[in-house]
Amino acid sequence: MNNLIDLEKKINSELTTKINKSSIKHDQIYVEIDKEDLIDVVLFLKTNKDTKFRQLIDITVVDYPEETQRFKIVYLFLSHEFNHRMILSYFINENELISSLTSVFPSANWMEREVFDMYGVNFKNHPDLRRILTDYGFEGHPLRKDFPLTGHSEVRYSEEKKKVINEPVKLEQNYRNFDYESPWEGTKYIKEISETNDKKN
Amino acid sequence: MTKKIKNLNLNFGPQHPAAHGVLRLILELDGEVVEKADPHIGLLHRGTEKLIENKTYMQAVPYFDRLDYVAPMNQEHAFALAIEKILNIDVPIRAQYIRVMFCEIGRILSHILNVTTQALDVGALTPSLWGFEERETLMTFYERASGSRLHANYFRAGGVHQDLPAGLEKDISKFCETFPKIINDLENLLTDNRIFKQRNVDIGVVTKDDALNYSFSGVMIRGSGIPWDLRKSQPYDCYDQLEFKIPVGKNGDCYDRYLCRIEEMKESVSIIKQCLARMEKGPIKTFDGKISPPSKAEIKQSMEALIHHFKLFTEGYRVPKDEIYTAVEAPKGEFGVYLISDGSSKPYKCKIRAPGFSHLQSMDYLIKGHMLADVPAVLGSLDIVFGEVDR
Repeated sequence: MNNLIDLEKKINSELTTKINKSSIKHDQIYVEIDKEDLIDVVLFLKTNKDTKFRQLIDITVVDYPEETQRFKIVYLFLSHEFNHRMILSYFINENELISSLTSVFPSANWMEREVFDMYGVNFKNHPDLRRILTDYGFEGHPLRKDFPLTGHSEVRYSEEKKKVINEPVKLEQNYRNFDYESPWEGTKYIKEISETNDKKN
Repeated sequence: MTKKIKNLNLNFGPQHPAAHGVLRLILELDGEVVEKADPHIGLLHRGTEKLIENKTYMQAVPYFDRLDYVAPMNQEHAFALAIEKILNIDVPIRAQYIRVMFCEIGRILSHILNVTTQALDVGALTPSLWGFEERETLMTFYERASGSRLHANYFRAGGVHQDLPAGLEKDISKFCETFPKIINDLENLLTDNRIFKQRNVDIGVVTKDDALNYSFSGVMIRGSGIPWDLRKSQPYDCYDQLEFKIPVGKNGDCYDRYLCRIEEMKESVSIIKQCLARMEKGPIKTFDGKISPPSKAEIKQSMEALIHHFKLFTEGYRVPKDEIYTAVEAPKGEFGVYLISDGSSKPYKCKIRAPGFSHLQSMDYLIKGHMLADVPAVLGSLDIVFGEVDR
C-alpha cells in the first residue's frame, strides 16, 4: 500500500469489527481498537503483505486520572517496506490485565517492563515482568499523574549506621507551582522582518 | 567419580571501564562461554519524562541535551520538530541549514567516540588519543554557537536560539578540509589491523529479520544490510535538498558496524560542506511573535515587546491539543519523541524513544554463546550511552 488513505481503507475492510476509530494526521495513521483484539490486530499488521508493520518502535501509556478508563496504552509501529508509521491505542481501567506482545515482537519485553515500572500496568504472559528503570525495592509508579514530582523517599548516607538509608522526603522549601492560567493568548501579529534583527544586540 | 560443575555468575559493572557508563550486566558463564546476559539498567534514571511534564516547552529543551550527551543537538532536533509540526510553523532556511549542520557535527562527535572507544575496548589506545583531539575542536564549535561544549540548549521550536558568531562558518569549513585526513589515519590504524579484525569480525552477528524484530535502528540495522535511514526515507528540515549516501553493511557483525560508522563520518563531512556552501544570510528563527521572543533592541523600545518577552519566559507559548510522534536519525539510531499536548504551555506527556534502549535489550541474544572477552566488543559496537537508555 503506497499511500495512507489506501492503507486506512485496507485495514478497515480487513479488520472491520476490530477497528473502533481510525484517522490520518501528520502523515501517520492513528487506530483505536479494543484491548481483546490486540494480538490479532498486531499479527495481521505484521504479516499482511500490504501492511508489513514489521517493527515495533515503542510502547507507552498516557494517564488520564479523571477518566474511568484511566490508561491509554499506545503502540508505535513502523513499516520499512511502505515507509508508514502507525499509532495503535486502546483504553483500559486501572487494574486491568492486558496481553503481552512479547510473543510477536521480542523487543516488547523491555518496553512492557518499562510500562509496568512507570505506570503499574500488568501484562499477562510476559516472561520476566520486573521493574527496570527505578531502583531495587522502589515503591510506586512514577509517571502516574498522582505521583508527586519530588517522589516519596530520598536516599542518603547515614554516618551513624554507616550505610545508605531511605527516608521520607523533607523539603526545605515547598515545591512552587505557579498558576499560569492567564487571559494572555499571545500576540496576534506576525513580527515584521526588521533591519534590527540582523544587528548584534 | 563425577563432579557436578555449577555455572559461574559474574557481575560486569556498574563500575567497569568497558561498560560505557553505569551498566550492571549479570553474566552466567560456563567456563569462558557466556550462557546468559541480564543487563540491569536504570542506575542513571533521572525521571526526564516526569520533569518535562512539569516544565514549559522551552524549559524542556535542556533535558534533551542530557539524554545522549555525546550528541546533544540531535535530540533537541526531534523535540523541536515535534512542536513545529503541531504548531504548523515554518523554519527559515538558514535555521534549517544551521540545525542540520550541527546535527552532523553531533553525528561525527558520537561516531568518533564510539569508534575509538570500541578500539580501546579491544586493546588499541592510540585511536582514542587522536580522535578526542578532533572531538575537542568540534565541541568548541558547539561552544561558540551555543555557549557550552556539551549541554547546548540551542535549538528552539521554529529555528535556533542565536545566529552563528562571526568567523565560525570559516573555521568549520577549515575543519572539513583537515578532518578527512584524521579519518584516514584512524582507518590506517584499525581497518586492516589484524588484532582489531580478529576481535570484531563475526562477533555479534545480527540477521535482517532479527534486526527488525528487536527494534534496531541506525547503524545497527544498516550494518545488517537494510538500507534504512530516516534522513533519506522520511526527510526532515533540509535533508531532502542535500546529497549524501547511506553506507550499508553486509554481514551484520561488529566489524561491519565499525565500517558503517567510518563511512558515515565521511558523509557527514560532505553534508556539513554542502550546508556551509548553501547557507545565506537571513533570519534564524520564525517571526511568529507567539513563539519566538522579541529581540533585545525591540524590548528596549516597545512596551508590548517587553510584555511578550516576560510572558514567553514565564508562562511560555501554548501548544494546541494534539498527539504526534516524530523521529530523527540520531547517531545511534531512531530517536523519537511521542508528544501529547493539551492546549496549555506544558506537555501533557512526552515519551522519549531512545535507540540505545532496544539495542541494549538484545544483549542476551547477541552475546549468547560468545566468549567473555567478546562482551566489551559487542557492547562497544552497540554504541550505548546511558543518558538515553536510562532517561
